[in-house]
Amino acid sequence: MKILGIESSSLVASVAVVTDDVTTAEYTVNFKKTHSQTLLPMIDQVVQMLELDLQTVDAIAVSGGPGSFTGLRIGSATAKGLGLALDKPLIHVPTVDAMAYCLYGVSGLICPVMDARRNQVYTGLYQFEREFEVVKAQCAMDVEELAGELNRLGERVVFLGDGIPVYGSFFRQRLTIPHDFAPAHANRQRAAAVAALGAVCYRQGKVETAAEHTPDYLRKSQAERELDEARQRGLAGELAAGHCVGAGS
Amino acid sequence: MDNGAKDILILAIESSCDETAASVVRGGRQVLSNVISSQIALHTQFGGVVPEIASRKHIEKINQVITQALEEAGVTLADITAVGVTYGPGLVGALLVGVAEAKAIAYGAGKPLVGVHHIEGHVSANYIENPDLEPPFACLIVSGGHTHLVIVRDYGEFEIIGRTRDDAAGEAFDKVARAVGLGYPGGPKVDQAARLGDPHAIEFPRARVEGSPYDFSFSGLKSAVLNYINHAKMTGEEIVVADLAASFQSAVVEVLVSRSVLAAQEYGCEKLAIAGGVASNSALRGAMEEACHKAGIRFYHPSPVFCTDNAAMIGVAAYYEYLKGTRHGWDLNAVPNLKLGER
Repeated sequence: MKILGIESSSLVASVAVVTDDVTTAEYTVNFKKTHSQTLLPMIDQVVQMLELDLQTVDAIAVSGGPGSFTGLRIGSATAKGLGLALDKPLIHVPTVDAMAYCLYGVSGLICPVMDARRNQVYTGLYQFEREFEVVKAQCAMDVEELAGELNRLGERVVFLGDGIPVYGSFFRQRLTIPHDFAPAHANRQRAAAVAALGAVCYRQGKVETAAEHTPDYLRKSQAERELDEARQRGLAGELAAGHCVGAGS
Repeated sequence: MDNGAKDILILAIESSCDETAASVVRGGRQVLSNVISSQIALHTQFGGVVPEIASRKHIEKINQVITQALEEAGVTLADITAVGVTYGPGLVGALLVGVAEAKAIAYGAGKPLVGVHHIEGHVSANYIENPDLEPPFACLIVSGGHTHLVIVRDYGEFEIIGRTRDDAAGEAFDKVARAVGLGYPGGPKVDQAARLGDPHAIEFPRARVEGSPYDFSFSGLKSAVLNYINHAKMTGEEIVVADLAASFQSAVVEVLVSRSVLAAQEYGCEKLAIAGGVASNSALRGAMEEACHKAGIRFYHPSPVFCTDNAAMIGVAAYYEYLKGTRHGWDLNAVPNLKLGER
Protein backbone atom coordinates (compact mmCIF):
# COMPACT_ATOMS: atom_id res chain seq x y z
CA MET A 1 0.00 0.00 0.00
CA LYS A 2 1.28 3.42 -0.97
CA ILE A 3 -0.05 6.66 0.53
CA LEU A 4 0.94 10.17 -0.51
CA GLY A 5 0.66 12.53 2.46
CA ILE A 6 0.18 16.30 2.17
CA GLU A 7 0.37 18.76 5.08
CA SER A 8 0.05 22.55 4.70
CA SER A 9 -2.14 23.62 7.61
CA SER A 10 0.47 25.91 9.20
CA LEU A 11 3.88 27.43 8.47
CA VAL A 12 5.05 23.87 7.79
CA ALA A 13 4.85 22.55 4.24
CA SER A 14 5.37 18.80 4.19
CA VAL A 15 5.04 15.98 1.68
CA ALA A 16 5.62 12.26 2.31
CA VAL A 17 5.18 8.85 0.76
CA VAL A 18 4.47 5.96 3.10
CA THR A 19 4.82 2.52 1.52
CA ASP A 20 3.37 -0.20 3.74
CA ASP A 21 5.15 0.34 7.07
CA VAL A 22 7.97 2.49 5.78
CA THR A 23 8.31 6.21 5.12
CA THR A 24 10.04 6.09 1.73
CA ALA A 25 10.32 9.87 1.49
CA GLU A 26 9.47 12.93 3.52
CA TYR A 27 10.15 16.55 2.62
CA THR A 28 9.37 19.08 5.34
CA VAL A 29 10.08 22.79 5.32
CA ASN A 30 9.17 25.07 8.21
CA PHE A 31 10.27 28.40 6.85
CA LYS A 32 8.09 30.80 4.91
CA LYS A 33 4.41 30.55 4.20
CA THR A 34 4.79 30.21 0.44
CA HIS A 35 2.95 26.90 0.15
CA SER A 36 1.30 27.94 -3.10
CA GLN A 37 4.75 28.13 -4.72
CA THR A 38 6.47 25.29 -2.87
CA LEU A 39 4.02 22.47 -2.24
CA LEU A 40 3.70 21.04 -5.75
CA PRO A 41 7.44 21.42 -6.55
CA MET A 42 8.09 19.52 -3.28
CA ILE A 43 5.77 16.71 -4.43
CA ASP A 44 7.58 16.71 -7.77
CA GLN A 45 10.95 16.39 -5.97
CA VAL A 46 9.74 13.44 -3.91
CA VAL A 47 8.26 11.78 -7.01
CA GLN A 48 11.58 12.17 -8.85
CA MET A 49 13.68 10.96 -5.89
CA LEU A 50 11.55 7.85 -5.55
CA GLU A 51 11.24 7.35 -9.33
CA LEU A 52 7.59 7.14 -8.41
CA ASP A 53 4.77 6.52 -10.87
CA LEU A 54 1.93 8.42 -9.19
CA GLN A 55 -0.53 5.94 -10.68
CA THR A 56 0.81 3.34 -8.20
CA VAL A 57 -0.33 5.43 -5.22
CA ASP A 58 -3.41 3.93 -3.53
CA ALA A 59 -4.71 7.11 -1.95
CA ILE A 60 -3.82 10.70 -1.11
CA ALA A 61 -3.96 11.60 2.58
CA VAL A 62 -4.38 15.29 3.29
CA SER A 63 -4.21 17.16 6.56
CA GLY A 64 -7.82 18.35 6.58
CA GLY A 65 -7.76 21.09 9.21
CA PRO A 66 -8.00 23.03 11.36
CA GLY A 67 -5.29 25.57 10.60
CA SER A 68 -4.55 28.50 8.32
CA PHE A 69 -7.63 28.78 6.07
CA THR A 70 -5.53 29.56 3.00
CA GLY A 71 -2.89 26.95 3.85
CA LEU A 72 -5.55 24.28 4.21
CA ARG A 73 -7.10 25.17 0.86
CA ILE A 74 -3.76 25.01 -0.94
CA GLY A 75 -3.20 21.48 0.39
CA SER A 76 -6.81 20.54 -0.22
CA ALA A 77 -6.91 21.85 -3.82
CA THR A 78 -3.59 20.13 -4.54
CA ALA A 79 -4.95 16.82 -3.21
CA LYS A 80 -8.27 17.27 -5.04
CA GLY A 81 -6.54 18.08 -8.32
CA LEU A 82 -4.22 15.08 -8.03
CA GLY A 83 -7.16 12.87 -7.01
CA LEU A 84 -9.15 14.04 -10.04
CA ALA A 85 -6.27 13.61 -12.49
CA LEU A 86 -5.12 10.24 -11.13
CA ASP A 87 -8.61 8.97 -10.23
CA LYS A 88 -7.51 8.19 -6.67
CA PRO A 89 -9.46 8.47 -3.40
CA LEU A 90 -8.60 11.03 -0.73
CA ILE A 91 -8.21 10.43 2.99
CA HIS A 92 -9.21 13.32 5.21
CA VAL A 93 -6.89 13.16 8.23
CA PRO A 94 -7.77 15.58 11.05
CA THR A 95 -4.70 17.83 11.46
CA VAL A 96 -4.53 17.64 15.26
CA ASP A 97 -4.92 13.83 15.19
CA ALA A 98 -1.98 13.53 12.79
CA MET A 99 0.13 15.77 15.05
CA ALA A 100 -0.58 13.54 18.06
CA TYR A 101 0.33 10.51 15.94
CA CYS A 102 3.89 11.95 15.76
CA LEU A 103 4.24 10.93 19.42
CA TYR A 104 3.10 7.33 18.99
CA GLY A 105 3.40 5.19 22.12
CA VAL A 106 3.89 7.99 24.61
CA SER A 107 2.45 7.30 28.07
CA GLY A 108 -0.07 9.76 29.48
CA LEU A 109 -1.88 12.35 27.39
CA ILE A 110 -0.73 13.92 24.14
CA CYS A 111 -1.90 17.48 23.63
CA PRO A 112 -1.14 19.17 20.30
CA VAL A 113 -1.64 22.94 20.43
CA MET A 114 -1.85 25.05 17.26
CA ASP A 115 -1.92 28.81 17.73
CA ALA A 116 -5.44 29.87 16.72
CA ARG A 117 -5.01 33.53 17.85
CA ARG A 118 -7.50 35.35 20.07
CA ASN A 119 -6.21 33.39 23.10
CA GLN A 120 -7.31 30.13 21.55
CA VAL A 121 -5.59 26.99 20.35
CA TYR A 122 -6.70 24.26 18.03
CA THR A 123 -6.21 21.26 20.22
CA GLY A 124 -7.36 17.76 21.19
CA LEU A 125 -6.35 15.04 23.65
CA TYR A 126 -4.96 11.63 22.73
CA GLN A 127 -3.52 8.56 24.45
CA PHE A 128 -2.13 5.12 23.64
CA GLU A 129 -3.86 2.30 25.49
CA ARG A 130 -3.13 -0.66 23.24
CA GLU A 131 -3.94 1.60 20.29
CA PHE A 132 -4.19 5.27 19.34
CA GLU A 133 -7.23 6.77 21.05
CA VAL A 134 -8.91 10.12 20.71
CA VAL A 135 -9.77 11.28 24.25
CA LYS A 136 -11.02 14.67 23.16
CA ALA A 137 -11.72 15.36 19.50
CA GLN A 138 -9.96 18.32 17.90
CA CYS A 139 -11.56 21.69 18.57
CA ALA A 140 -10.84 25.39 19.03
CA MET A 141 -10.43 26.10 22.72
CA ASP A 142 -9.51 28.90 25.09
CA VAL A 143 -6.05 28.26 26.61
CA GLU A 144 -7.35 29.03 30.09
CA GLU A 145 -10.07 26.40 29.67
CA LEU A 146 -7.59 23.85 28.31
CA ALA A 147 -5.23 24.32 31.28
CA GLY A 148 -8.17 23.83 33.65
CA GLU A 149 -9.28 20.65 31.92
CA LEU A 150 -5.75 19.17 31.92
CA ASN A 151 -5.39 19.92 35.63
CA ARG A 152 -8.74 18.20 36.33
CA LEU A 153 -7.73 15.10 34.35
CA GLY A 154 -4.57 14.95 36.45
CA GLU A 155 -2.50 12.89 34.01
CA ARG A 156 0.98 13.54 32.68
CA VAL A 157 0.78 15.46 29.38
CA VAL A 158 3.16 16.02 26.45
CA PHE A 159 2.62 19.10 24.29
CA LEU A 160 3.58 19.73 20.71
CA GLY A 161 2.74 22.31 18.06
CA ASP A 162 3.28 25.95 17.15
CA GLY A 163 1.15 26.97 20.12
CA ILE A 164 4.11 26.18 22.40
CA PRO A 165 6.21 29.28 21.59
CA VAL A 166 3.08 31.37 22.23
CA TYR A 167 1.51 29.64 25.26
CA GLY A 168 4.33 27.42 26.62
CA SER A 169 5.17 29.70 29.55
CA PHE A 170 1.48 30.13 30.28
CA PHE A 171 1.05 26.35 30.57
CA ARG A 172 4.19 26.05 32.72
CA GLN A 173 2.66 28.53 35.16
CA ARG A 174 -0.87 27.17 35.21
CA LEU A 175 -0.40 23.42 35.12
CA THR A 176 -0.30 21.51 38.39
CA ILE A 177 0.38 18.20 36.61
CA PRO A 178 3.63 16.78 35.21
CA HIS A 179 4.07 18.01 31.64
CA ASP A 180 6.66 18.07 28.90
CA PHE A 181 7.23 19.54 25.46
CA ALA A 182 8.11 17.37 22.46
CA PRO A 183 11.59 17.78 20.91
CA ALA A 184 12.41 19.29 17.51
CA HIS A 185 11.87 16.20 15.34
CA ALA A 186 8.34 15.66 16.64
CA ASN A 187 6.87 19.01 17.65
CA ARG A 188 5.33 20.23 14.43
CA GLN A 189 3.08 18.91 11.65
CA ARG A 190 4.61 16.17 9.50
CA ALA A 191 3.25 14.66 6.31
CA ALA A 192 4.67 11.23 7.25
CA ALA A 193 2.30 11.21 10.25
CA VAL A 194 -0.57 12.29 7.98
CA ALA A 195 0.24 9.46 5.57
CA ALA A 196 0.79 6.86 8.33
CA LEU A 197 -2.48 7.71 10.09
CA GLY A 198 -4.05 7.95 6.63
CA ALA A 199 -2.97 4.36 5.98
CA VAL A 200 -4.84 3.27 9.14
CA CYS A 201 -7.97 5.09 7.91
CA TYR A 202 -7.53 3.56 4.45
CA ARG A 203 -7.49 0.04 5.89
CA GLN A 204 -10.70 0.88 7.74
CA GLY A 205 -12.27 2.06 4.49
CA LYS A 206 -12.42 5.70 5.64
CA VAL A 207 -11.85 7.34 2.27
CA GLU A 208 -13.69 9.98 0.28
CA THR A 209 -13.74 11.04 -3.35
CA ALA A 210 -11.63 13.99 -4.48
CA ALA A 211 -14.86 15.85 -5.29
CA GLU A 212 -16.26 15.29 -1.79
CA HIS A 213 -13.21 16.50 0.07
CA THR A 214 -13.33 19.91 1.72
CA PRO A 215 -11.27 21.24 4.66
CA ASP A 216 -12.64 21.25 8.19
CA TYR A 217 -11.90 24.80 9.39
CA LEU A 218 -13.53 24.44 12.83
CA ARG A 219 -14.27 28.15 12.58
CA LYS A 220 -16.66 30.29 10.60
CA SER A 221 -15.39 33.16 8.47
CA GLN A 222 -15.18 36.54 10.15
CA ALA A 223 -18.06 37.91 8.05
CA GLU A 224 -20.31 35.03 9.14
CA ARG A 225 -19.35 35.50 12.78
CA GLU A 226 -20.15 39.21 12.51
CA LEU A 227 -23.46 38.47 10.82
CA ASP A 228 -24.35 35.94 13.55
CA GLU A 229 -23.52 38.47 16.24
CA ALA A 230 -25.46 41.20 14.46
CA ARG A 231 -28.46 38.89 14.10
CA GLN A 232 -28.33 38.18 17.79
CA ARG A 233 -28.43 41.90 18.41
CA GLY A 234 -31.18 42.31 15.82
CA LEU A 235 -29.03 44.44 13.59
CA ALA A 236 -28.79 42.17 10.58
CA GLY A 237 -30.50 44.62 8.24
CA GLU A 238 -28.24 47.46 9.25
CA LEU A 239 -25.11 45.39 8.73
CA ALA A 240 -26.15 44.12 5.31
CA ALA A 241 -26.93 47.67 4.18
CA GLY A 242 -23.79 49.34 5.46
CA HIS A 243 -21.21 46.61 5.17
CA CYS A 244 -18.93 47.27 2.25
CA VAL A 245 -16.81 44.42 1.01
CA GLY A 246 -14.54 44.57 -2.02
CA ALA A 247 -16.05 43.07 -5.15
CA GLY A 248 -14.24 41.91 -8.25
CA SER A 249 -15.57 41.89 -11.76
CA MET B 1 2.41 21.04 -33.04
CA ASP B 2 1.75 17.69 -34.65
CA ASN B 3 -2.01 17.58 -34.29
CA GLY B 4 -2.59 21.07 -35.66
CA ALA B 5 -3.79 24.16 -33.82
CA LYS B 6 -7.42 23.40 -34.68
CA ASP B 7 -7.43 20.28 -32.52
CA ILE B 8 -5.84 21.86 -29.48
CA LEU B 9 -8.07 21.30 -26.46
CA ILE B 10 -7.75 23.58 -23.45
CA LEU B 11 -9.26 22.77 -20.07
CA ALA B 12 -9.68 26.16 -18.41
CA ILE B 13 -10.33 27.01 -14.76
CA GLU B 14 -11.45 30.35 -13.33
CA SER B 15 -11.94 31.24 -9.65
CA SER B 16 -10.81 34.86 -9.29
CA CYS B 17 -13.92 36.18 -7.56
CA ASP B 18 -17.29 34.60 -6.80
CA GLU B 19 -17.83 32.22 -9.73
CA THR B 20 -16.29 28.77 -9.83
CA ALA B 21 -15.97 27.98 -13.53
CA ALA B 22 -14.47 25.44 -15.90
CA SER B 23 -14.60 25.07 -19.64
CA VAL B 24 -13.23 23.06 -22.52
CA VAL B 25 -12.30 25.06 -25.65
CA ARG B 26 -11.27 23.53 -28.97
CA GLY B 27 -9.00 25.32 -31.42
CA GLY B 28 -9.15 28.57 -29.47
CA ARG B 29 -12.65 29.60 -30.42
CA GLN B 30 -15.02 26.67 -30.15
CA VAL B 31 -16.52 26.39 -26.68
CA LEU B 32 -17.35 22.72 -26.01
CA SER B 33 -18.53 23.37 -22.46
CA ASN B 34 -18.86 26.35 -20.15
CA VAL B 35 -19.82 25.47 -16.58
CA ILE B 36 -20.31 28.27 -14.04
CA SER B 37 -21.23 27.77 -10.39
CA SER B 38 -22.29 31.18 -9.13
CA GLN B 39 -22.21 32.24 -5.48
CA ILE B 40 -24.14 35.49 -5.89
CA ALA B 41 -27.06 34.37 -3.69
CA LEU B 42 -24.65 33.47 -0.91
CA HIS B 43 -22.93 36.87 -0.88
CA THR B 44 -26.09 38.95 -1.23
CA GLN B 45 -26.80 38.78 2.52
CA PHE B 46 -23.44 40.48 3.11
CA GLY B 47 -24.02 43.20 0.49
CA GLY B 48 -20.92 42.17 -1.51
CA VAL B 49 -18.43 39.41 -2.09
CA VAL B 50 -16.86 38.10 1.14
CA PRO B 51 -13.42 36.77 0.15
CA GLU B 52 -13.20 33.99 2.75
CA ILE B 53 -16.68 32.68 1.94
CA ALA B 54 -15.89 32.81 -1.80
CA SER B 55 -12.71 30.77 -1.23
CA ARG B 56 -14.58 28.16 0.81
CA LYS B 57 -17.23 27.76 -1.87
CA HIS B 58 -14.60 27.39 -4.58
CA ILE B 59 -12.96 24.46 -2.84
CA GLU B 60 -16.34 22.77 -2.32
CA LYS B 61 -17.42 23.07 -5.95
CA ILE B 62 -14.29 23.00 -8.05
CA ASN B 63 -13.99 19.28 -8.77
CA GLN B 64 -17.67 18.91 -9.68
CA VAL B 65 -17.46 21.94 -11.98
CA ILE B 66 -14.35 20.61 -13.75
CA THR B 67 -15.75 17.09 -14.11
CA GLN B 68 -18.99 18.48 -15.52
CA ALA B 69 -17.05 20.63 -18.02
CA LEU B 70 -15.16 17.56 -19.26
CA GLU B 71 -18.35 15.46 -19.45
CA GLU B 72 -20.37 18.12 -21.29
CA ALA B 73 -17.53 18.52 -23.77
CA GLY B 74 -17.49 14.75 -24.26
CA VAL B 75 -13.75 14.51 -23.59
CA THR B 76 -11.51 13.02 -20.92
CA LEU B 77 -8.48 14.56 -19.27
CA ALA B 78 -6.29 12.39 -21.53
CA ASP B 79 -7.66 14.26 -24.60
CA ILE B 80 -6.72 17.67 -23.18
CA THR B 81 -3.69 19.45 -24.68
CA ALA B 82 -3.05 21.94 -21.87
CA VAL B 83 -4.61 23.30 -18.67
CA GLY B 84 -5.27 27.06 -18.52
CA VAL B 85 -5.98 28.92 -15.29
CA THR B 86 -6.61 32.47 -14.11
CA TYR B 87 -3.74 33.49 -11.80
CA GLY B 88 -4.64 37.18 -11.40
CA PRO B 89 -5.89 39.75 -10.84
CA GLY B 90 -8.57 38.96 -8.26
CA LEU B 91 -9.13 37.88 -4.67
CA VAL B 92 -5.97 36.10 -3.59
CA GLY B 93 -7.66 33.35 -1.57
CA ALA B 94 -10.11 32.65 -4.37
CA LEU B 95 -7.40 32.64 -7.06
CA LEU B 96 -5.26 30.23 -5.00
CA VAL B 97 -7.92 27.52 -5.12
CA GLY B 98 -8.05 27.52 -8.92
CA VAL B 99 -4.28 27.83 -9.28
CA ALA B 100 -3.47 24.97 -6.86
CA GLU B 101 -6.16 22.78 -8.42
CA ALA B 102 -5.08 23.50 -12.01
CA LYS B 103 -1.43 22.87 -11.20
CA ALA B 104 -2.21 19.54 -9.52
CA ILE B 105 -4.43 18.43 -12.42
CA ALA B 106 -1.83 19.40 -15.01
CA TYR B 107 0.91 17.72 -12.98
CA GLY B 108 -1.10 14.58 -12.31
CA ALA B 109 -2.22 14.25 -15.91
CA GLY B 110 1.16 15.18 -17.39
CA LYS B 111 -0.13 18.26 -19.25
CA PRO B 112 1.44 21.70 -19.71
CA LEU B 113 0.15 24.58 -17.57
CA VAL B 114 -0.72 28.01 -18.94
CA GLY B 115 -1.51 30.87 -16.53
CA VAL B 116 -3.92 33.50 -17.82
CA HIS B 117 -4.60 37.14 -16.90
CA HIS B 118 -8.27 37.47 -15.97
CA ILE B 119 -8.82 40.68 -17.92
CA GLU B 120 -7.06 39.31 -21.00
CA GLY B 121 -9.60 36.53 -20.68
CA HIS B 122 -12.44 39.06 -20.74
CA VAL B 123 -11.03 40.65 -23.91
CA SER B 124 -10.69 37.17 -25.47
CA ALA B 125 -14.39 36.47 -24.81
CA ASN B 126 -15.02 38.52 -27.96
CA TYR B 127 -13.32 35.87 -30.13
CA ILE B 128 -15.84 33.17 -29.17
CA GLU B 129 -18.84 34.40 -31.17
CA ASN B 130 -16.99 36.56 -33.68
CA PRO B 131 -14.90 34.27 -35.90
CA ASP B 132 -13.89 37.27 -38.05
CA LEU B 133 -12.50 39.30 -35.14
CA GLU B 134 -8.73 39.48 -35.10
CA PRO B 135 -6.31 42.04 -33.68
CA PRO B 136 -5.70 44.90 -33.96
CA PHE B 137 -8.79 46.44 -32.36
CA ALA B 138 -9.72 48.83 -29.56
CA CYS B 139 -11.33 47.34 -26.49
CA LEU B 140 -13.14 48.84 -23.52
CA ILE B 141 -12.92 46.60 -20.43
CA VAL B 142 -15.51 47.45 -17.80
CA SER B 143 -16.18 45.40 -14.70
CA GLY B 144 -16.56 45.63 -10.94
CA GLY B 145 -12.82 45.87 -10.49
CA HIS B 146 -11.54 47.30 -13.77
CA THR B 147 -12.07 50.10 -16.27
CA HIS B 148 -9.46 50.03 -19.02
CA LEU B 149 -9.28 51.29 -22.57
CA VAL B 150 -6.75 49.26 -24.53
CA ILE B 151 -5.50 48.73 -28.04
CA VAL B 152 -5.16 44.99 -28.69
CA ARG B 153 -2.10 44.96 -30.98
CA ASP B 154 -1.92 41.19 -31.31
CA TYR B 155 -3.08 38.13 -29.39
CA GLY B 156 -1.87 38.70 -25.83
CA GLU B 157 -0.37 42.12 -26.66
CA PHE B 158 -2.06 45.10 -25.10
CA GLU B 159 -1.38 48.79 -25.05
CA ILE B 160 -3.25 50.45 -22.21
CA ILE B 161 -4.23 53.95 -23.31
CA GLY B 162 -6.74 54.82 -20.58
CA ARG B 163 -7.88 53.70 -17.18
CA THR B 164 -9.97 54.86 -14.28
CA ARG B 165 -8.33 57.24 -11.83
CA ASP B 166 -10.55 56.11 -8.94
CA ASP B 167 -13.58 53.79 -8.93
CA ALA B 168 -14.16 51.13 -11.55
CA ALA B 169 -17.38 51.60 -13.53
CA GLY B 170 -18.93 48.48 -12.02
CA GLU B 171 -17.99 49.67 -8.54
CA ALA B 172 -19.91 52.92 -9.15
CA PHE B 173 -22.94 50.84 -10.19
CA ASP B 174 -22.68 48.76 -7.00
CA LYS B 175 -22.35 51.79 -4.73
CA VAL B 176 -25.24 53.69 -6.34
CA ALA B 177 -27.43 50.57 -6.26
CA ARG B 178 -26.70 50.13 -2.55
CA ALA B 179 -27.42 53.81 -1.83
CA VAL B 180 -30.91 53.67 -3.41
CA GLY B 181 -31.68 50.25 -1.96
CA LEU B 182 -31.57 48.27 -5.20
CA GLY B 183 -29.18 45.74 -3.65
CA TYR B 184 -26.38 43.60 -4.97
CA PRO B 185 -25.12 43.04 -7.64
CA GLY B 186 -25.61 46.66 -8.65
CA GLY B 187 -25.02 46.51 -12.41
CA PRO B 188 -28.00 44.39 -13.46
CA LYS B 189 -30.26 46.03 -10.83
CA VAL B 190 -29.52 49.57 -12.04
CA ASP B 191 -29.83 48.45 -15.67
CA GLN B 192 -33.27 47.01 -14.97
CA ALA B 193 -34.53 49.98 -12.93
CA ALA B 194 -33.24 52.43 -15.56
CA ARG B 195 -35.41 50.93 -18.29
CA LEU B 196 -38.48 52.61 -16.76
CA GLY B 197 -36.74 55.92 -16.03
CA ASP B 198 -35.95 59.17 -17.80
CA PRO B 199 -32.19 59.51 -18.44
CA HIS B 200 -32.55 63.32 -18.62
CA ALA B 201 -34.48 63.67 -15.36
CA ILE B 202 -31.43 64.56 -13.28
CA GLU B 203 -28.32 66.28 -14.62
CA PHE B 204 -25.27 64.42 -13.31
CA PRO B 205 -21.69 65.46 -14.22
CA ARG B 206 -19.70 63.83 -17.07
CA ALA B 207 -16.23 63.78 -15.56
CA ARG B 208 -13.19 64.51 -17.70
CA VAL B 209 -9.64 63.90 -16.60
CA GLU B 210 -7.61 67.00 -17.49
CA GLY B 211 -4.93 66.23 -20.06
CA SER B 212 -5.85 62.53 -20.36
CA PRO B 213 -8.50 62.12 -23.05
CA TYR B 214 -8.89 58.37 -22.45
CA ASP B 215 -8.87 58.21 -18.66
CA PHE B 216 -11.99 57.88 -16.54
CA SER B 217 -13.13 59.12 -13.15
CA PHE B 218 -16.33 57.96 -11.50
CA SER B 219 -15.91 59.08 -7.91
CA GLY B 220 -17.24 62.59 -8.67
CA LEU B 221 -20.33 61.12 -10.31
CA LYS B 222 -20.83 58.73 -7.42
CA SER B 223 -20.60 61.64 -4.95
CA ALA B 224 -23.04 63.69 -7.02
CA VAL B 225 -25.56 60.83 -6.85
CA LEU B 226 -25.08 60.41 -3.10
CA ASN B 227 -25.40 64.20 -2.57
CA TYR B 228 -28.59 64.21 -4.63
CA ILE B 229 -30.04 61.43 -2.45
CA ASN B 230 -29.04 63.16 0.80
CA HIS B 231 -30.44 66.47 -0.37
CA ALA B 232 -33.73 64.85 -1.39
CA LYS B 233 -33.98 63.10 1.96
CA MET B 234 -33.33 66.31 3.89
CA THR B 235 -35.84 68.36 1.93
CA GLY B 236 -38.38 65.56 1.91
CA GLU B 237 -38.39 65.31 -1.88
CA GLU B 238 -39.41 61.99 -3.34
CA ILE B 239 -36.61 60.06 -5.08
CA VAL B 240 -37.78 58.41 -8.29
CA VAL B 241 -35.42 55.44 -8.33
CA ALA B 242 -36.02 54.69 -12.02
CA ASP B 243 -35.15 58.27 -13.03
CA LEU B 244 -32.11 58.35 -10.80
CA ALA B 245 -30.87 55.00 -12.12
CA ALA B 246 -31.45 56.06 -15.74
CA SER B 247 -29.74 59.44 -15.23
CA PHE B 248 -26.74 57.93 -13.45
CA GLN B 249 -26.41 55.15 -16.01
CA SER B 250 -26.57 57.53 -18.95
CA ALA B 251 -23.81 59.66 -17.38
CA VAL B 252 -21.57 56.57 -17.10
CA VAL B 253 -22.47 55.25 -20.55
CA GLU B 254 -21.95 58.59 -22.31
CA VAL B 255 -18.42 58.90 -20.93
CA LEU B 256 -17.51 55.28 -21.72
CA VAL B 257 -18.86 55.46 -25.28
CA SER B 258 -17.43 58.85 -26.26
CA ARG B 259 -13.93 58.00 -25.02
CA SER B 260 -13.91 54.54 -26.59
CA VAL B 261 -15.02 55.78 -30.00
CA LEU B 262 -12.50 58.63 -29.86
CA ALA B 263 -9.75 56.13 -29.04
CA ALA B 264 -10.69 53.83 -31.91
CA GLN B 265 -10.65 56.80 -34.31
CA GLU B 266 -7.42 58.33 -33.05
CA TYR B 267 -5.60 54.98 -33.11
CA GLY B 268 -6.96 54.08 -36.52
CA CYS B 269 -8.92 51.02 -35.36
CA GLU B 270 -11.79 49.90 -37.55
CA LYS B 271 -13.01 47.61 -34.81
CA LEU B 272 -14.13 48.30 -31.24
CA ALA B 273 -15.00 45.63 -28.68
CA ILE B 274 -16.28 45.70 -25.12
CA ALA B 275 -15.58 43.19 -22.38
CA GLY B 276 -16.16 42.54 -18.68
CA GLY B 277 -19.23 42.25 -16.47
CA VAL B 278 -20.54 45.76 -17.26
CA ALA B 279 -20.33 44.94 -21.01
CA SER B 280 -23.66 43.16 -20.61
CA ASN B 281 -25.33 46.45 -19.62
CA SER B 282 -28.08 47.03 -22.18
CA ALA B 283 -27.76 50.82 -22.28
CA LEU B 284 -24.00 50.60 -22.85
CA ARG B 285 -24.42 48.09 -25.66
CA GLY B 286 -27.16 50.17 -27.30
CA ALA B 287 -25.24 53.44 -27.14
CA MET B 288 -21.99 51.82 -28.27
CA GLU B 289 -23.72 50.17 -31.23
CA GLU B 290 -25.22 53.50 -32.31
CA ALA B 291 -22.02 55.53 -31.88
CA CYS B 292 -19.94 52.93 -33.73
CA HIS B 293 -22.44 52.81 -36.55
CA LYS B 294 -22.25 56.60 -36.93
CA ALA B 295 -18.45 56.54 -36.87
CA GLY B 296 -18.17 53.66 -39.34
CA ILE B 297 -16.56 51.36 -36.79
CA ARG B 298 -17.45 47.68 -36.42
CA PHE B 299 -18.73 46.98 -32.92
CA TYR B 300 -18.16 43.64 -31.13
CA HIS B 301 -19.48 42.38 -27.83
CA PRO B 302 -19.78 38.99 -26.15
CA SER B 303 -23.13 37.48 -25.13
CA PRO B 304 -23.98 38.14 -21.48
CA VAL B 305 -22.89 34.60 -20.45
CA PHE B 306 -19.39 35.37 -21.75
CA CYS B 307 -19.35 38.86 -20.14
CA THR B 308 -19.67 37.62 -16.58
CA ASP B 309 -16.74 35.70 -15.14
CA ASN B 310 -16.44 32.40 -17.00
CA ALA B 311 -13.76 29.90 -17.90
CA ALA B 312 -14.46 29.76 -21.65
CA MET B 313 -12.81 33.16 -22.08
CA ILE B 314 -9.84 31.90 -20.04
CA GLY B 315 -9.64 28.88 -22.36
CA VAL B 316 -9.54 31.17 -25.41
CA ALA B 317 -6.80 33.35 -23.91
CA ALA B 318 -4.87 30.25 -22.79
CA TYR B 319 -5.02 28.86 -26.33
CA TYR B 320 -3.30 31.91 -27.82
CA GLU B 321 -0.77 31.95 -24.97
CA TYR B 322 -0.13 28.25 -25.57
CA LEU B 323 0.49 28.90 -29.29
CA LYS B 324 3.00 31.62 -28.34
CA GLY B 325 4.85 29.10 -26.16
CA THR B 326 3.79 30.31 -22.72
CA ARG B 327 4.22 27.54 -20.14
CA HIS B 328 4.12 28.02 -16.37
CA GLY B 329 6.02 26.00 -13.76
CA TRP B 330 4.66 24.07 -10.78
CA ASP B 331 5.59 27.09 -8.65
CA LEU B 332 2.98 29.32 -10.34
CA ASN B 333 1.47 31.59 -7.70
CA ALA B 334 -1.71 33.65 -7.56
CA VAL B 335 -0.94 37.32 -8.26
CA PRO B 336 -3.87 39.38 -6.93
CA ASN B 337 -2.74 42.65 -8.55
CA LEU B 338 -1.35 41.24 -11.80
CA LYS B 339 -0.93 44.02 -14.36
CA LEU B 340 -2.38 43.80 -17.85
CA GLY B 341 0.22 42.48 -20.28
CA GLU B 342 2.50 41.33 -17.40
CA ARG B 343 4.02 37.85 -17.82
